[in-house]
Amino acid sequence: MRVIADPFIQWSWIFAHGHEMWTYTAQHLVLTVVPVAAGIAISLPLGIIAQRHRRLYNPVIWVAGFLYTIPSLALFVLLIPLTGLNLLPVEIALTSYTLLILIRNIVTGIDGAPAEVVDAATGMGLTRGQILWRVQIPLALPAIMAGVRVATVSTIGLVTVGAIIGRGGLGQFITDGLQILFTTEILLGAVLSVLLAVVAEAGLLGLQRFITPWTRKALAGASS
Amino acid sequence: MNNFTIGHLIQWFTNSAHWSGAGGIPSRVFEHVLISVESVAVAAAIALPIGFYVGHRRRGEFIAVTAANVGRAVPSFALLVLVFTIMLRLLPANLAYGFGPGLVTLTLLGIPPILTNTIVGIQGVDADTVEAARGVGFREREVLTRLELPLAMPLIMGGLRTAALQIVATATLIALIGGGGLGTYIVGGIAQSDTVQTVAGAALVALLALFTEFGMAFIERTVTPRHARPKRRWRRVQPAEGISPAMPLGV
Repeated sequence: MRVIADPFIQWSWIFAHGHEMWTYTAQHLVLTVVPVAAGIAISLPLGIIAQRHRRLYNPVIWVAGFLYTIPSLALFVLLIPLTGLNLLPVEIALTSYTLLILIRNIVTGIDGAPAEVVDAATGMGLTRGQILWRVQIPLALPAIMAGVRVATVSTIGLVTVGAIIGRGGLGQFITDGLQILFTTEILLGAVLSVLLAVVAEAGLLGLQRFITPWTRKALAGASS
Repeated sequence: MNNFTIGHLIQWFTNSAHWSGAGGIPSRVFEHVLISVESVAVAAAIALPIGFYVGHRRRGEFIAVTAANVGRAVPSFALLVLVFTIMLRLLPANLAYGFGPGLVTLTLLGIPPILTNTIVGIQGVDADTVEAARGVGFREREVLTRLELPLAMPLIMGGLRTAALQIVATATLIALIGGGGLGTYIVGGIAQSDTVQTVAGAALVALLALFTEFGMAFIERTVTPRHARPKRRWRRVQPAEGISPAMPLGV
């Protein structure tokens, strides 16, 4: 029984479980990247279509908002009859949560391209497809990347809930720790999950600066 | 696992034994709603005054962005379990199980969206308008209550709605620490490999969440002054962090 008399954090336990830390963190990363990537793959075409055909915007956002409203554990569980008790329902549910944020930001981002820039591109003889991919999407990248960052950080948090119904990810530390009321293990899962979110946020911000060098220049110009 | 059909689900819901007593649907719904309402109320009582003050002084960008980021990065499940084990160390066991840590966690989760939206909403009121109000003799209190609050109302209500939805969703998890509520069906169902009960619990949770969303949207429309209502209806669907992700978030 290692319950209440124990020190709050048993450092020796943490050092003895370095291997698990890496395994669960790597699993957590995979469990996050898959739904975010799938979410982008679904949202990009939907966002582009909804931006062009405005009538479709409200229905698309309504469906995405509906999915977003359903609590994570409930959505995981509602998918179990279709998938079985594993991590597949978690991945499907987490993909559906990214849609609202991503589609909104994609549409807002494309809308944000100044009309005169689009006119200039049309005047230069670019087709609609070329304007989209060479002018509007690049100009929308800061908004799209902001959406990807929000979606990624939220997904990292929700993957921990997945450990309630399937094994894997940093949530495993939390569910295992809860079983035996072992604070060290729970705290380790929580801290690593927050750390992963912070690192992911910073990494994606770096990626965003790298793929949108013009915003970097604008920022430098503004600050000097 | 494989014996689940819609028929079983209907049978579960029409079984009168599931509608009475301490473990029945009405009492589980009551537990779930009670702890959610209390948590939203406490979170609002903490976050609204701070948001009013900081927003009115117009020094809140950092606090608003930090609250939004922290609220998003800290996993609710981890927070709940942590609060539970910490309270188990500090308090007698009968206080540390279920309701207590549930209330603390849900309140903590509710604070960031309310705080962020209140600050952003009040700071978003045009500075010239505020100056004009002072110019015609509004005292500071009147600037806040008669100008900034009504104009910030859509965002403040949006924050309360985000908080309410997140709290109702996370209240599902307090069943894991003996806190009751609708999550009890899910947690018990998983433990006993009873898919029908698990799915029934999830359906009830989903319904309650949708009910909360629409109920809060209705309240939001009712209390928002007509002139402050957003013109574009699609603003109705707000992201979890309460402020548009295309906006300031750490950019």
